[in-house]
Amino acid sequence: MSEATIGTPSKLADPEARRALMSGVSPEAGSSKPDPILEVDHIIRNFGGMTAVHVDHLEVQRGIITALIGPNGAGKTTFFNLITGFDRPSSAKTGAHWSFEGKKLDKTSASSVALAGMVRTFQLTKSLNRMTVMDNMMLGARGQRGENLLTAMFKGTWGAQEKEVEKKAYELLDRFKLYAKKDDYAGSLSGGQRKLLEMARALMSDPTMIMLDEPMAGVNPALTQSLLSHIQTLRDEGMTVLFVEHDMHVVRHISDWVVVMAEGRIVAEGPADTVMSNPAVIDAYLGAHHDTDLGDDSLLSDEALEEMAQEVAAEEAEREAEEKS
Amino acid sequence: MSTVSESIPTPDQAQAGDTAAGVYDPNDPQGPPPQRRAMIAAAIFIGYFVVILLVAKFAPGTVGVIARGMLRESLSAQTAAVAIAIIGLNVHFGYTGLLNMGQSGFMLLGAYGFSISIWKGLPMPVGILVGFLAAFVFALILGVPTLKLRGDYLAIVTISAAEILRYVGRLAKLENFTGAAQGIPGSQYRDPFVNLSFFGDGTFDAGGWLPNLQSTGVNGWWVRFVAWLLVALCCVIVFLLARSPWGRLLRGIREDEDAIRSLGKNVFAIKMQALVIGGLFGALGGMVYILPSSMQPDAMGRNLTFFCWTALLLGGAATVFGPVIGAILFFALRVFIQGTAGAIVPDSIMNLSQTAQFAWICVGITLMLLVIFRPQGILGDKRELRFNV
Repeated sequence: MSEATIGTPSKLADPEARRALMSGVSPEAGSSKPDPILEVDHIIRNFGGMTAVHVDHLEVQRGIITALIGPNGAGKTTFFNLITGFDRPSSAKTGAHWSFEGKKLDKTSASSVALAGMVRTFQLTKSLNRMTVMDNMMLGARGQRGENLLTAMFKGTWGAQEKEVEKKAYELLDRFKLYAKKDDYAGSLSGGQRKLLEMARALMSDPTMIMLDEPMAGVNPALTQSLLSHIQTLRDEGMTVLFVEHDMHVVRHISDWVVVMAEGRIVAEGPADTVMSNPAVIDAYLGAHHDTDLGDDSLLSDEALEEMAQEVAAEEAEREAEEKS
Repeated sequence: MSTVSESIPTPDQAQAGDTAAGVYDPNDPQGPPPQRRAMIAAAIFIGYFVVILLVAKFAPGTVGVIARGMLRESLSAQTAAVAIAIIGLNVHFGYTGLLNMGQSGFMLLGAYGFSISIWKGLPMPVGILVGFLAAFVFALILGVPTLKLRGDYLAIVTISAAEILRYVGRLAKLENFTGAAQGIPGSQYRDPFVNLSFFGDGTFDAGGWLPNLQSTGVNGWWVRFVAWLLVALCCVIVFLLARSPWGRLLRGIREDEDAIRSLGKNVFAIKMQALVIGGLFGALGGMVYILPSSMQPDAMGRNLTFFCWTALLLGGAATVFGPVIGAILFFALRVFIQGTAGAIVPDSIMNLSQTAQFAWICVGITLMLLVIFRPQGILGDKRELRFNV
């Protein structure tokens, strides 16, 4: 049922079309895309002396699934928080700006980012535990007249709209296999079901871009399959998806484009099958000397040590030069 | 695929209860649906009043005296006034999760605005508006700096702001304006309200079933009638608000602000609205509170806030009738404890003024026991609300 449920399939539903679209994009960090929906410039976030995020330029292509990967502590979630308005960049006054569909988001709050059409989910699911699944869903809908205090007391002003929202919520719950749970408290759902609920709730607001922060964390493999197909369906309907994920199988399986972060910076970009062999990515995940056997006694010779010292010095010089530029 | 539209029941079908989840089952961990909760509330109301009326009318000796005291307290206008303030507190805490520890401050402002305006010669409707306006401004001033911070800060700010207001009202320099510590005698502001009465003169006791009180008078049936009418009105307003999408938004904010923010809602504005609405209920409670007595700042201090909290938790937060049941039982229970202790414990161990203090000690213990053993109160749903902010 997943293909033909809601909305018409976009022209990017065809994998060949996506490949053709992205083949023109150079696989390097900060490369420009044919039709970027989100553009980010010069976002820096410091926590004390530590720079958690330092992104100079990033563009996210409309209509495809972009994965944001990187080792632990790479700053992926902080980056998410920054562009969705849940955190403020340290560089806010010194040139940080980002725009969504051409609309500047530099100074907007989390709620107006969501209203602009960029809706996110959280790594630690924020299901509203002491409310029913249905209430959770209903909260997602945008522009509800009954949420205005002046009209809230009079059901006549919002009753009809409420019925429409309910219908939409039922459809989404059915699609995410949560329909039977609609009257249960969200707190009684399993971790994976809460992930589904959060995603369904985000979809209630008809976003143009959905940002998923580790949607597969703590979800059992069987459910992962269905989550993945949901995400792909969203893409096929024309939605832009940006997601953070650790599981490389998942990334390889569904993403059309991969952005790799390490130590707060974007180190590489590219299609999923080639980006993994990018030396910068291997460095980030495994370290630059991952293929050096530290147990090898021959390495203890002065010659080998000197060689390694030189290598390190060269690397440092290179990094310094990079920072100066 | 056409199967989709068939597989989804329409909202009407779902509400008709054709799914297993739609049918209420007492063994189901779902708990009572709202209609059932309203029935429970009605049963408690009626049961309590039938028992108390019968005992007050027919029981001889001390038992009858205590029951009559409880009945008098249950019907008193000040109980109704506190109930209104608790309804406001319920909007704050029960629905929105705002920890307002200064509800008496809102009451104080409503009462001051009302009494001073009339004392200074303004008509009563203006006095009522001034009271509401004062509470409205107070809520804005409290809310702007604190609502963006974590909940605890609102608690700290409200409790101190309420105390500051009370101390300012007590200032001897302001004697000509607020009446300082003595306050304003009821005779200065009560007349326009009493003159509205259509209950006539004389007394009324419903053939001995109810306390024998003046029909109009200073603290008679008129003020009681109006006070409880206002309680009913406030309950209706809260019911209408709580069932609306706005009420759903409040509960969402109580659960997780960030989640609501991520859905594109202006959390700050909604919290501010809730703070103002609850504050206005508090101001109304304050106005009713001083009608049968006098305007004394010390009557609306920290204690009153804590009584409000105890009664709210007793009745059940996030329910429509919880505050009312809580207020009635709270005051009646205190009379019961005081009366029983006075009757059973000999004077040599605990004299009259000590039993009064003993009753207050019991109130404190009740609050502790409630929070530990029945955080949802009498009417609340255990899984919906507990004191874990």
